[in-house]
Amino acid sequence: MTKNIKITINGVSVEIEEGTTILDAARKAGVIIPTLCYHKDLCVAGNCRVCITEIVGQKRLTAACATPCEDGMEVLTNSLKVRNSRKHIVELLLSEHNADCTRCYKNGNCELQHLASEYKIMTQDFIRLAPMKKYTIDMFSPSIVKDDSKCVRCQRCVRTCVELQGVNALTVAHKGDQMKITTFFEKLISDVVCTTCGQCINHCPTGALVEKNYIEEVWDAIADTTKHVVVQTAPAVRVGLGEELGFETGTRVTGKMVAALKRLGFDAVMDTDFTADLTIMEEGTELLTRLKKVLVDHDPEVKLPMATSCSPGWIKYIEHMFPDYLEHLSTCKSPQQMFGALAKTYYAKARNLDPETIVSVSIMPCTAKKFEANRPEMHDSGYRDVDYVLTTRELAIMIKQAGIDFMKLEDMHYDRLMGESTGAGVIFGATGGVMEAALRTAYELVTGREVPFENLNIIPVRGMEGVKEATVKIENPLKEWAFLDGVELKCAVAHGLVNAGKVMESIRKGEANYHFIEFMACPGGCLGGGGQPIPTSPEIRQKRAEAIYAEDAGMPLRKSHQNQEIIKIYKDFLDHPLSEKSHHLLHTHYTARERF
Amino acid sequence: MTTNYQLRRVDFIFKNENDWEEVLSKSISRTPQELINELISSELKGRGGAGFPTGLKWKLSSEAVDDIKYVICNADEGEPGTFKDREILSRVPFKVLTAMAVCGHVIGAKEGYIYLRGEYFFLQPELKKAISEFEYFCKEINLDFKIRIFMGSGAYICGEETALFESMEGKRGEPRNKPPYPSSYGYMGKPTVINNVETLAHTFTIFKYGAKRFYDLGVQYSRGSKLFSVSGDTPKPGIYELELGMSLADFVDEFGDGDTKAVQVGGASGFLVPRKRFGETAIGFQGKLTGISLPTGGSMMLFNSSRSMFNVLDNYLEFFREESCGQCTPCRVGCQQLLKGIKAVKRGEKNAHYLDKLLRLTETMQLTAKCGLGQSVANSFSSIVENFREEMIY
Amino acid sequence: MHPVSELIKNLADQHGRERRNLLPILQGVVEQEKYLSEFSMIEIARELDLPAAEVYGTATFYSFLEYKKMGKYIIRVCKTITCSMKGKNQIMLAIEDMLKISAGETTPDGNFSLLQTNCLGFCHKAPAMLINNEIYTELTPEKVREILSSYLEKKGGLYDN
Repeated sequence: MTKNIKITINGVSVEIEEGTTILDAARKAGVIIPTLCYHKDLCVAGNCRVCITEIVGQKRLTAACATPCEDGMEVLTNSLKVRNSRKHIVELLLSEHNADCTRCYKNGNCELQHLASEYKIMTQDFIRLAPMKKYTIDMFSPSIVKDDSKCVRCQRCVRTCVELQGVNALTVAHKGDQMKITTFFEKLISDVVCTTCGQCINHCPTGALVEKNYIEEVWDAIADTTKHVVVQTAPAVRVGLGEELGFETGTRVTGKMVAALKRLGFDAVMDTDFTADLTIMEEGTELLTRLKKVLVDHDPEVKLPMATSCSPGWIKYIEHMFPDYLEHLSTCKSPQQMFGALAKTYYAKARNLDPETIVSVSIMPCTAKKFEANRPEMHDSGYRDVDYVLTTRELAIMIKQAGIDFMKLEDMHYDRLMGESTGAGVIFGATGGVMEAALRTAYELVTGREVPFENLNIIPVRGMEGVKEATVKIENPLKEWAFLDGVELKCAVAHGLVNAGKVMESIRKGEANYHFIEFMACPGGCLGGGGQPIPTSPEIRQKRAEAIYAEDAGMPLRKSHQNQEIIKIYKDFLDHPLSEKSHHLLHTHYTARERF
Repeated sequence: MTTNYQLRRVDFIFKNENDWEEVLSKSISRTPQELINELISSELKGRGGAGFPTGLKWKLSSEAVDDIKYVICNADEGEPGTFKDREILSRVPFKVLTAMAVCGHVIGAKEGYIYLRGEYFFLQPELKKAISEFEYFCKEINLDFKIRIFMGSGAYICGEETALFESMEGKRGEPRNKPPYPSSYGYMGKPTVINNVETLAHTFTIFKYGAKRFYDLGVQYSRGSKLFSVSGDTPKPGIYELELGMSLADFVDEFGDGDTKAVQVGGASGFLVPRKRFGETAIGFQGKLTGISLPTGGSMMLFNSSRSMFNVLDNYLEFFREESCGQCTPCRVGCQQLLKGIKAVKRGEKNAHYLDKLLRLTETMQLTAKCGLGQSVANSFSSIVENFREEMIY
Repeated sequence: MHPVSELIKNLADQHGRERRNLLPILQGVVEQEKYLSEFSMIEIARELDLPAAEVYGTATFYSFLEYKKMGKYIIRVCKTITCSMKGKNQIMLAIEDMLKISAGETTPDGNFSLLQTNCLGFCHKAPAMLINNEIYTELTPEKVREILSSYLEKKGGLYDN
């Protein structure tokens, strides 16, 4: 039982539940207390001290994020004492920070910069400490650049890596003035157990952690008239991009995005949703094949549950943490890599292009996709399947650089051949989406009937719960799937690697008896990806998810196998799912990695 | 008004401990409430420096509801100029062990730990011997209480109680946010009493002789005696048990070398008192009646006129810069700024007014730092800079 | 099994494999090996099922848990106020002169490392130093030379093994 208590904030009375922090109470009362180390996704640290407030009667100031209210408390958030101290703290942070703002990638979207501007820190009275320290910049990862000189030691990245992702690539080391955020033995990010998911980037308030950007490379390719530059856009990009360009969170900007990409000068604008649908065909068939091999043939070589393989952060996670479970992974490449392999084969042939001249670019909500595109095995087209991966944020930068008034753009359609999408492809962007899409197709394939859910909406796999479960009972299957009659297909969905870890542990312990599991590295799935607009929070991810499902609901086709271009590619090029050709182009293998 | 008390030596702490078995048996036959009342009426305050009333601390933990509770003896004696706890543990360990067991009886704890700083590794063999003898006796009288030693590894901040818990839990010794306080959420999230070595030794005295013997010593708000670690420019460095409340002038008469320029009361995190204020300064906890009254964990460092106060401050700040845990901004960056700042003033790279900016910075550190370390840097900084400003400048 | 792995396994058997047993295990390795190598930390992480980065982050917080290779005898000279006032620098010079190393270095034969440390708690007998866990107080340059000579004799000469 919680009881309500009353406090005053700056003289205004507010009633809150017992246990509420001063920070939350203030927000309720409409008072903004600035924060830095605080993040809604993470546990409270209380270490930056920016949110200090005065409690009348107490000598010392107190951190609003870490202090629960007590009945009758009188809180001041803007007393002279608070103001002066807060200003000092911002000045101290700046003195330790390489405040070279004009040359910073995060210029304009930096919480420290924002604080400095709010408090009008115009002078540099304190001694600049940043130049005296031996800071390192690690830019050897294909995904993440870590610049210690910009770090304010708020530890948001560490808490993200530990609490949300359970990866622990980052840690706090040393103490005193030497204290810093680093990796095991201060190795390069590319040399430690890092999944490159980029959640640290999404939670970093400054420019200490940013994506490795390939904007200039893509501009160069566009400008090169000898190159044919194709671009694909991931499902989650269309519900995030608008945030960077003046739209409200949760606005769908699919048509405007396509128009903008055309204006940027890409030769063909196509959709990763197409290969998401293709993934469903391949992965769904793979699942049914596995089920048959296990249930009918009792083949000990074939492993269940089968785990999805679309999320490259998840892939790298399982390679490090559960290397003995790699055979559980679907062999399907991610939609991005399927697209890449087809762009330089199927598309090149159809458009009569020399694959050598094709530059394949992808726009992803993800930083791990940069790593994935770099994997040595991703050359099945005979070339590098995907040349450059840009995040949603990088695309927004390009649109701004090109002087495009995004708001005023007329909607446009994707180019054909690999540009058609169904609602099933779209929901890949949300946690549970791959599962839902797969079930929509697999169930129908097996029974000849639609999945028994109203409007095809498989609600149990939707939502932001860390681990979701669903069971689909198969009844009266078609003749060739008779062995599945009465089988209860047990499915699970996990997002955020810490949840993925929990599911994997339960499998290891033999407690779980799932057939099929969808894993996504990032909280909320791709829509909460490490390449999506900053900031992120549970509310923001919720809005993006609503947008995704609205997009799905509005599509004329909502099942992958209905996609006309999918039907065409099997007819003209791939023959059938799991054909030799698709094995060659669309499937892959994995690498066991060290856990420590 | 300052109450000048004569310097009076006392001999309780190091007096023989041969009767510990009797004190233990007698104490645990009393009810927790009786023992708490005894402690409360003695007005014993924590001897680590912060001065929290010990009786209240035990009371709060005894009221916490939990099957598992802990008693922890804080022997992470790291304050520069303090060395009394080591002497207690090596000369009268049974007093401390007894007090821990009594505390266990009071709050309902069956496990105790001594967090011993890494620098005192050499104390371990003897202390372990004492513990096994002690536990043997506990078994004989059917008292279920175990004591273990937990070694620190060289981190001053682990003397801060919540940092100490973190350290014992196998983590970086970073202080926690408070509340919750140790009495409800301490080691492993369980209700915990954590007392300084000397505090525990005093409770032995109180349980043995009764609260009155202790209460009769000292002055109002600062009852009892206290061990002082005397070092620096003194002909007789060492450990002395003295009544609380004496004036610093008397202290310097006794321990100075005739040329004492200033005394640092309470170690690097305490205050520096210049000669002109010796007379008006008393040693004890802040009270309503006394004038300037300085608390101390027992560190008394004397400086004679050959010492440069700049160098002294420089040494302290370097200490804090290294020993700050580094998590909170005011302490981590503040310590660096103070150290770099006084050097810059000394070299003439910043003008003398910069010292005022630094003084304001120490106020902010005092107001906003997460724990006692960052909050108390202001003490020595402001007392040195304000009293010896000219030495800082040229 | 590698001797360090065996040591770590034994320490874990002795202390337990929970997170709260981490410090005693780190200390146990340092006592034997004088420092925590990358290999030791990984082995500890494996044994306790902890992320290696956590082990590193925790170990580097504590100044007595060295993570760079150290000599057989680690000399830690106290540099805090009283020792500093009472001639710490002269003690450092005497040691540096005798061992031909500066603070932070290890003799080429791997016998001695010289470090400075914060308050050892022997201010009344300053200056003070620790050699491994042995305490030496009221030092003078002469006394330091004698102490080191006794260690060198134990070793049979400075650059012998």
